[in-house]
Amino acid sequence: MIGVGKPKQYGNVLDKPLSRGRQEVSLSAFAFLFSELVQYNQTQVDNIAELERRLEDAGYAVGARVLELLCHRDKGNRRETRLLGILSFIHSTVWKVLFGKVADSLEKGTEHEDEYMISEKELLVNRFISVPKDMGAFNCGAFVAGIVRGVLDGAGFPAVVTAHFVPIEGQQRPRTTILIKFAEEVLRREARLG
Amino acid sequence: MPPLVPKSGDAVFASVERVNAELFTLTYGAIVRQLLTDLEEVEEVNKQLDQMGYNIGVRLIDEFLAKSNVSRCVDFRETADVIAKVGFKMFLGVAATVTNWDAEGTTCSLVLEDNPLVDFVELPDTCQGLRYCNILSGVIRGALEMVSMKTEITWIRDMLNGDDAYELRVKLLKQVPEEYPYKDDD
Repeated sequence: MIGVGKPKQYGNVLDKPLSRGRQEVSLSAFAFLFSELVQYNQTQVDNIAELERRLEDAGYAVGARVLELLCHRDKGNRRETRLLGILSFIHSTVWKVLFGKVADSLEKGTEHEDEYMISEKELLVNRFISVPKDMGAFNCGAFVAGIVRGVLDGAGFPAVVTAHFVPIEGQQRPRTTILIKFAEEVLRREARLG
Repeated sequence: MPPLVPKSGDAVFASVERVNAELFTLTYGAIVRQLLTDLEEVEEVNKQLDQMGYNIGVRLIDEFLAKSNVSRCVDFRETADVIAKVGFKMFLGVAATVTNWDAEGTTCSLVLEDNPLVDFVELPDTCQGLRYCNILSGVIRGALEMVSMKTEITWIRDMLNGDDAYELRVKLLKQVPEEYPYKDDD
């Protein structure tokens, strides 16, 4: 009979056609999964800095893969070579794919040449997270900082990326800022490229 | 109040907030990778994934019952149907099918053709024996335990090991009647 048969078996996962990226799962499924990630890591560490580092490492792996996926699928295998290019790639494309919207803002740091900030009123990963007082400034946004670091590293822009809460006048929940501090070599290369 | 009409899986999925499945897939991959690095033993990782799934399941059932308006299931057949059509659809965006009922009606198979957890995944030779989607079995077990059903869930088919679909065998061990937490004479 025409049209009937087993779905095609691909020997190698690389041979499978890439999906268009439109499939969705419920937000709560992701929130549950993320909470388990955080809870598991809490049992493996003694202090907050370790916890943030582990979340960041988890995010790093995600970021590296997101970069590969998006470069191949959305950008036709072209890669960004300029600083502003990669930053706007993260701020728009990566954010849109992962979180459904572009990031709220992208700013250049005023105090240092090598600092840039991506801000978000409420990070998707933090929506259902409440941080107890005794954990101080811990921010699960470290996961997202890891994603950004993974994308930057994979694209050849090594940087140190951290997530911070920034309290805003008149808002109950603080804004989250992802602070990106580029390595020396990136700035030197950028200056050379003119 | 008029009785609430149970919504179909598609309707519930359309009404909940959704995120990109790829974020979900990649986050799950990061979790499995972390577990493999920390625990090193494939069996340990399987157990940990099941435990994580159990923790999720006990909380997920509340949300499921609240959002989907399903009425009390009359028997295990209905339960399995509801899990496959509404539960899976509502959270993972894919519906499962129920097959292979045994004679007593206490064991069945849930078959998943499409699984958002395993996009982009290939198991290396060092991880044979890893049940990558074990979190799903924990979720179902945890959720059913919260509605008084003790179950045992095993994987029959796994696409990452070369099969053509994902098949979970769900066996109802016993129905635990709900206990009233307070003594009547206090």
